[in-house]
Amino acid sequence: MNTNHPIEIRNLWVEYPSPKRGVPPKTAVAELDLEIRQGEIFGLLGPNGAGKTTTMNVLLGFVHATTGEAKIFGRTARDPLARQRLGYLPELTYYYKFLTADELLYFYTEIFGIPKSQREKRINEVLQLVDLEPARKRLIKTYSKGMQQRVGLAQALINNPDLLILDEPTSGLDPVGRMQVREVIQRLKNEGKTVLFSSHELGEVETVCDRVAILADGRLKVLGAVDALLREHNCGLEQLFLRVIGYQPGLHPASI
Amino acid sequence: MKIIFAIAKIVLKELVRRKDAYVLLIITVLLTLLSGSAHFFGDMKMVRYVKELCLLLVWVSSIVIAVTLAARQIHAERESRTLFSLLAKPLSRNQVILGKFLGCWLACGAALFVFYAFFVVTAVSRGEHWRLAENFQALWLHWIMLGIIVAMVMAGSLLFAAPSSNSTICFIVVLGILMLGRHLGKLAIHMAEPYQTVALAIYYVMPHLEFYDLRDLIIHDWPLVKWNVVGIATLYGATYAGLFLGLACILFRYKPLNA
Repeated sequence: MNTNHPIEIRNLWVEYPSPKRGVPPKTAVAELDLEIRQGEIFGLLGPNGAGKTTTMNVLLGFVHATTGEAKIFGRTARDPLARQRLGYLPELTYYYKFLTADELLYFYTEIFGIPKSQREKRINEVLQLVDLEPARKRLIKTYSKGMQQRVGLAQALINNPDLLILDEPTSGLDPVGRMQVREVIQRLKNEGKTVLFSSHELGEVETVCDRVAILADGRLKVLGAVDALLREHNCGLEQLFLRVIGYQPGLHPASI
Repeated sequence: MKIIFAIAKIVLKELVRRKDAYVLLIITVLLTLLSGSAHFFGDMKMVRYVKELCLLLVWVSSIVIAVTLAARQIHAERESRTLFSLLAKPLSRNQVILGKFLGCWLACGAALFVFYAFFVVTAVSRGEHWRLAENFQALWLHWIMLGIIVAMVMAGSLLFAAPSSNSTICFIVVLGILMLGRHLGKLAIHMAEPYQTVALAIYYVMPHLEFYDLRDLIIHDWPLVKWNVVGIATLYGATYAGLFLGLACILFRYKPLNA
């Protein structure tokens, strides 16, 4: 394996055993091969249940691969040290609501082993970046949803990560919030960081991503540079997405 | 070790912000006032009786605090989904378990320290001796016992689906050991096989929490326990806490977590 790539996934299979006897396990991800290169913004797309979140869960060490392997900067994803250069923003941000943003970020600087002398500076930087400076001493439980999402972004950036995994980062945000997240992603790209993000906002993906992968039923269906794919299929990303997952109007509305 | 301490600090901070600590403080003040009121009767038997009652209440409330606090740690993290943000950081699941254990155990220690401090001050204000060494031994062994209980409950929280079932089962086990533990060996001798073997196996395998009960020493002004015995009891407690934490770490390591 080339250890230069921030993410390398080889022949990944994830099966969830059924709680009922005699029922075969559910395959969440099958035969997935993926490489995400340094400095690119990579979009992971797919309908609900396609295996996007499971793939991210494997990368984050929450779920173990049934077979195959996932590596982050050359280290197996099961190794906690693989997450030293990684930032993660979950789809729904849940943090210790009895803490202030300041205290939460300080806690994470301790976890990342950031030297004491640099902690305050780093916390100031990320709070300014997400525009939460004025509310830093308030308990998180008093924050609006948008502010909580920004705390999520701040904690994902606290260790100045080289790789960011964002699970639907703009979900539930107002247009201003979305724009701010997009600006942060663009800024990270300019700094040479790698970003993997999943989203159902295909217009956003088209604007922001360098390459995309479309998953359906746990399998990789399409992989390539956004521009090249759109040229090749001569359509927009949304049409391509619907075509790849086999959507026909009126047939599978529940699965989208 | 820094990561474990950081997690433990969060447990303590949560306890303070959730106001549990204030409830504990009020309970402590009430119990101590009860103990202090014995002064008015001027009857030594009554004084001992109230002391006994007071220490019993402290034992019960300390066990309740230890079990309920430890039982909710992993469950609350999963329910509120804060566990996923935490585990996405460069720390192992073992560190999460050890940090949570340390936080709960330190919280129990702080609660016990407040109580014993009140207890000693009240006793001295009634004209009794400080008896610092005796009270320290009682506090120390009580705390070690709570360490075993916290570790047991942490392991239980990964075995049982709901915190309520875990708390109930752990309460029954702890109270069972405290009430029957010392008698089980004698009872086993009078049993027929195979019950005798089973009872003896349980007797030798279970952690003997009753070793840590020094209430009588305080109530009846008995002499100090030998320090080497306290040391052995500490090692015994550390061994059991280590075994329960090891089990918790193994269970947690292989638990799939879906974000």
